[in-house]
Amino acid sequence: MVIGAGHAGLAASRCLTDRSIEHVVLERGEVANSWRTERWDSLRLLTPNWQTRLPGRHYEGADPDGYMSMREVIDFMSRYAEVSNVPVRTGTAVTSLTRISGPVGAGGPPQRGACEYVLATNDGEIQCRTVVIASGACNVPVVPALSQAIPSSLTQFTPFDYGNPGRLPDGGVLVIGPSATGVQLAAEIHRSGRPVTLSVGEHVRLPRTYRGRDVLWWMDKSGVWDQRYDEIDDITRARKLPSPQLVGTPEHATLDLNALMAMGVRLVGRLSTVRDGRALFSGGLRNLFALADLKMERLLDTFDAWASREGSEDTTALGQPERFEPTRVPASSPLQLDLTSGEIRSIVWCTGFRPDYGWLHVPVLDEKGYLRHDGGIVTDSPGLYALGLPVLRRRKSTFIHGIEDDARDVVGALVDHLG
Amino acid sequence: MAMATVDNGVNVQALLDAREALKGAPDATKFTWRATCKWQNGTYSTTNVKGFHGLGQEQSHKTETSFSADHPEIFAAEDRGITPIEYVLVGLASCLTAGVAAVAQNRGVQLRSVESQLEGKMDIRGILGMDAEVRNGYDDIKVTFKIDADASKKDIEAIVAQSQKRSAVYDVITNPVNVTVEVV
Repeated sequence: MVIGAGHAGLAASRCLTDRSIEHVVLERGEVANSWRTERWDSLRLLTPNWQTRLPGRHYEGADPDGYMSMREVIDFMSRYAEVSNVPVRTGTAVTSLTRISGPVGAGGPPQRGACEYVLATNDGEIQCRTVVIASGACNVPVVPALSQAIPSSLTQFTPFDYGNPGRLPDGGVLVIGPSATGVQLAAEIHRSGRPVTLSVGEHVRLPRTYRGRDVLWWMDKSGVWDQRYDEIDDITRARKLPSPQLVGTPEHATLDLNALMAMGVRLVGRLSTVRDGRALFSGGLRNLFALADLKMERLLDTFDAWASREGSEDTTALGQPERFEPTRVPASSPLQLDLTSGEIRSIVWCTGFRPDYGWLHVPVLDEKGYLRHDGGIVTDSPGLYALGLPVLRRRKSTFIHGIEDDARDVVGALVDHLG
Repeated sequence: MAMATVDNGVNVQALLDAREALKGAPDATKFTWRATCKWQNGTYSTTNVKGFHGLGQEQSHKTETSFSADHPEIFAAEDRGITPIEYVLVGLASCLTAGVAAVAQNRGVQLRSVESQLEGKMDIRGILGMDAEVRNGYDDIKVTFKIDADASKKDIEAIVAQSQKRSAVYDVITNPVNVTVEVV
């Protein structure tokens, strides 16, 4: 069984079909459900179209360097599901997954291949030997507990209920978090005439293009994205990195903090606490800028080193190495804002997402509620697998095109398990 | 790690081992640092530090250290010690410096010298209660590091940035902390 018909579930299905493994994909909504229901109106992928790939199907449109809208992503996946004959049961929500031991041989553990898992759904129960969990990494927005201390006169939003700037009250907006979501919403909201204050914590800065090529072309070609999960020093940290400050626009514009400041967005430090109706921000903003700038420079050094080693068609037409202006430190940045003064009318929490495993009743979660796995294999419970999680097997696992190799590898392990 | 033996005097291996060992021991990681202060006279007091709690039990420094604090003569006091607000600079400087050494060790960078100048700007109308819009404490703190090490300027800057990222005193200064003061 496969849980979820997003890009991960669809890729898993295709690989299972290729290996002649009978299976069903359970999807609580329609194919590409989260792209239909959990995104904001103007969102485009931040990966270029030529990187939109599922096993056996690549982008074949006229704009390989463009960035897909949500409608286009949904169409791409829906068509894939049809053409690949993915056996999906839509409108079928998994309400629980439990493990039952199979028949025990004389004095031994459950026999390999014995039925081990029970899925309860809104449409009956299913027993099966293996489950691929492809339910997504971003099921719920993460909103810090201090949101409860925000005065009730402010309206609060997450990326799930934001939709578009028109839904926000007029007046000042406090956007919390400068990752991809945060910078995109900050820019869009500010352009709508609502002055934006952006609270900045740890972030990943990237230029959209470098030496004439999309920065994600570099990540792919230079091999940064191929780095394996078991080669990464602090994998837990790598899996929790905020999404890079990128946006997909026809102009291939860079949307870093300098760009936002140039638009008039006001930057403040990380939101520390709310006390007596005042939001208190960290005074450590400068160092966060320095950390992000230094990290970006190291990455560009890696790109340049690769380009000078590599003497191929790919590298002949590249522009000169460039370095970008350090993040400008605002002349003055408020350490606190009075949230009761009326200056700020709403808050948008762009503070990340997390998976929801409330239905998963097998002891395979860590103390923070994340799935414990080894490259997508849930070793604590043989027969369980995961796909579509950040840095599952490689850095590129976090992005759509990373699913091809991951699905092939994980389904390969599943096939071995079935013996 | 670097090929040549880098020795900044920090036992990084012990820290890395501790990180592993403490993963399953949440109580052991809860520390309580302590200080006891006695008023002497005027604005002069002495604060003693010896015992603390950590790794699940009471601990102690090798010796007790005593810190005198006072106000300077231009504050019409006796200058029998540095001001409390200057102790904050001592804390910040020493925390960041220790961090630089540890991070440099971990990254295989040999340090030859590390010096920092600290400046904390303050408008005394705050503490004198002359103007409610002037805060009591520092408006601004500037730390200037001069580091001679076996590394590029960028790598040294990265070490200093990482030191701030993991500094206890930097955190306490730049972010709010709950402070409860009781009388028994």
